[in-house]
Amino acid sequence: MALLELRDVAARYGPVRALDGVSLAVDQGQIVAVLGANGAGKTTTLRSISGTVRRSGQLLFDGKPLGRRGPEAIARLGVAHVPEGRGTFAELSVEENLRLGAYVRRGGSIDGDVARVSEYFPWIGSRLGQHAGTLSGGEQQMLALARALMSHPRMLLLDEPSLGLAPLVTREIFRIVSELNEKEGLTVLVVEQNAAIALEVASYAYVLEVGKVAVSGPSAELARNETVRKSYLGY
Amino acid sequence: MAEFFQQVVAGLATGSIFAALALALVLIHRATGVINFAQGEMAMFTTYIAWTLIENHGVNEWLAFGLTLVIAFGLGLGLQRVVIRPIERAPLLTTVIVTIGLVLIFNGLASLIWSAEVRAFPSPFPNDTWEIGGVAISQQDVGTFLTVLVLVALLWAFFQFTKVGLALRASALNPDASRLVGVRVGWMLAIGWGLAAMLGAAAGMLTAPTVFLDPNMMQAVLIYAFAAAVLGGIDSPFGAVAGGLMLGVGLNLIGTYIDFVGAGLRLPVALLIILVVLLVKPSGLFGKPITRRV
Amino acid sequence: MKRSDLTGVGLFVLAAAAILLLPRFVSDFRAQQFAYVGIYFIALLGLNVLTGYTGLISLGHGAFMAIGGYTTAILVSDQGLKLGSHTFSADVKDIWTIPLAGLVAGLIGFAFGFPALRLTGLYLALATFAIAVAMPGLLKYDRFEQFTGGGGGINLFESDARTRPLETTDPITFETVAEPIRFLGVEISSFNEWLYYLSWALALVMLAIAWFLLRGRTGRSFRAIRDSELAAASSGVNLATYKTLAFGISAFYAGVAGSLLAIATTFVNPDTYPITLSIFLLVGVVVGGLGSLWPLVFGAIFIQFLPLWAQEVSKAQGAPAVVYGVILILVMIMLPGGAAGLIRRLHSLTSRGYHRGR
Repeated sequence: MALLELRDVAARYGPVRALDGVSLAVDQGQIVAVLGANGAGKTTTLRSISGTVRRSGQLLFDGKPLGRRGPEAIARLGVAHVPEGRGTFAELSVEENLRLGAYVRRGGSIDGDVARVSEYFPWIGSRLGQHAGTLSGGEQQMLALARALMSHPRMLLLDEPSLGLAPLVTREIFRIVSELNEKEGLTVLVVEQNAAIALEVASYAYVLEVGKVAVSGPSAELARNETVRKSYLGY
Repeated sequence: MAEFFQQVVAGLATGSIFAALALALVLIHRATGVINFAQGEMAMFTTYIAWTLIENHGVNEWLAFGLTLVIAFGLGLGLQRVVIRPIERAPLLTTVIVTIGLVLIFNGLASLIWSAEVRAFPSPFPNDTWEIGGVAISQQDVGTFLTVLVLVALLWAFFQFTKVGLALRASALNPDASRLVGVRVGWMLAIGWGLAAMLGAAAGMLTAPTVFLDPNMMQAVLIYAFAAAVLGGIDSPFGAVAGGLMLGVGLNLIGTYIDFVGAGLRLPVALLIILVVLLVKPSGLFGKPITRRV
Repeated sequence: MKRSDLTGVGLFVLAAAAILLLPRFVSDFRAQQFAYVGIYFIALLGLNVLTGYTGLISLGHGAFMAIGGYTTAILVSDQGLKLGSHTFSADVKDIWTIPLAGLVAGLIGFAFGFPALRLTGLYLALATFAIAVAMPGLLKYDRFEQFTGGGGGINLFESDARTRPLETTDPITFETVAEPIRFLGVEISSFNEWLYYLSWALALVMLAIAWFLLRGRTGRSFRAIRDSELAAASSGVNLATYKTLAFGISAFYAGVAGSLLAIATTFVNPDTYPITLSIFLLVGVVVGGLGSLWPLVFGAIFIQFLPLWAQEVSKAQGAPAVVYGVILILVMIMLPGGAAGLIRRLHSLTSRGYHRGR
């Protein structure tokens, strides 16, 4: 059974229809990519799942409908959304950002979790007191990811992790995502403009166009298909 | 010299009252961008509640102080949930007007329930002085200053070291990201209002012994609190406290040493300070310079 | 002219006619109250230009009203203007001072616009608030007493002016004749009626002026500033020019209103323009509807009549304030867009052929 399922989901910003009937599914332990051009509705898809935007249609998490839950409640269900622009608290320290990530958890050791995420992001351990706003773009992205991990999420929503980052840094981040998926079985839904790198890491992908799913399939197939690549993925 | 110290101590006492109320204003402004014009009247109203506890129910003064703080917290929290939340999405001015409505309501209610006659309010501090090196220091002044200091310190510790405190700070800084990590931002705002009301209650209860209890007693204090908040930086909690203390001491010293500034001109001097600071450095002494996001 | 403009003009004429006829149907006392509505309406129009259209919050427009009121008082009163040891007795016919009072207030407002350029939003609100709070104190200040009459203020006329049968003054010879004034065939028989017609004649004129002013480039520039200063500036809108202009215009309107108020109450003193006046002006603008023009009359009605109605509910001390506050909050919660917002909603409900967007 799919961990996350969207059936015919629609969402609007005022009169603008951002999503016009999107259906997709993410299985437990999978990495799924959502691709497409600017304005295709990728970010809105994630926002619909995390409850940040009002949407219609069916959204099922673990077989149960999400209903009209807001972002706070959905976070409590175990969905960690790393938004576009990272959403780090720039005025707070690295450690405080991480602690906030663990907000929904009751019990369990936060320090233990900090140690755990520091394994994936070794630099964090020595920079706990630093203001998050003074970190580089890549470090902020990693911090946002680390923060999401603090809550032991069942599913990670990643919005354009490559945005504003150098190619090497992007590779590193995707490598870590891949590692998390392999070692911890973390289910990931990643939205990306950089289709090439997303397809390397994801096992399945959906390509959105104007708020609808235009093409979908196993990443290997999509990457091989010249027409798909040229028409939708830009390479 | 002796007079200088006396004025400084007295200034610190009044300044700490300004600081408490200014901190309340800053708390709410940081979290919501709203200036709560009713902060003073809420403080006055909760002080009346304290008075009722002490006079009509024979509650011990310190216990009444504590109880009133709790009641004030509930009042602020309730107000946010009932009155402020429905207009969250409306333009800022709407909320400002609502706080003006609250001013009328609290002021009117106080007159209605307790009548407008001026009353004495018992002070938990003895009306004595200490003699230190020839200087007479009022125990009331020291007590006031220390009480506010303790309250502010407790509040600071709450914000720095507790989970809820962290969530409160995060909600004020970035409500959207806070929601994504599971913080119920709406309730955080309510708690913010509750804490602000608590600070106001403390300010009111510390003011009343000196100026006597009447429905209009906090109006001048509110203006001084605005001046303190502007001076220190309307978004800086530290600035609010520092600004309040500086204002209190400054006004006292100006009043003592500069001749034509009599008691009647203290308020205009405070207003002048507001204007000058706004023109020269709007973000205040300790605030971050205002950057405009494009 | 567009069709909607023609409708507007038509409605305007209708409203003018209704206003003209109103005093025949209401008591003399009511006429006075409606005169005050007219006065507040003028002030609200001005404040709205600044706050509703340009987005600059002012909590100090009562101060501009004070300037206008005192200007008129100084010019009209028999006390005259004392400069040094010389007394200028102007004894100018009251209504001619109104535009002058507006001008003085307008110029000061315009001048205030310059330092205000540096202030945004809340900071501007606090600065204007500070000025308004300081105003009564300034007016009482003994060094200004020769101008302002200090705490006692200035009396405009002899005290029985309001009950005296009206006289007409020949505008050229300034001779006074005891003959009631005739206006458009309507005989004005009391001071209150005269005040009513004066206020509303001015109100309608100034409404028209505001409407003309705001529909063109000026209005667009104001609104651009309100919506985004940065975008406005990059589009070539000179922020300094338009912001100071907004201040000047709104101060002019407030000055006119203040002047009328002085004539209405026949005296001015530091307490006739307290901070509560500035606050209630802002309340009136928000209740009427930010960024609207004629719906502001509802705001004016609100601030004039609600205190009185609140007293009808209960005269117990403090009760009217509670009633006023509760109603104010309820209005804000239910109608965040003010009367104008309600009108817009009703409009869209009744207009058919309007595609359902939401």
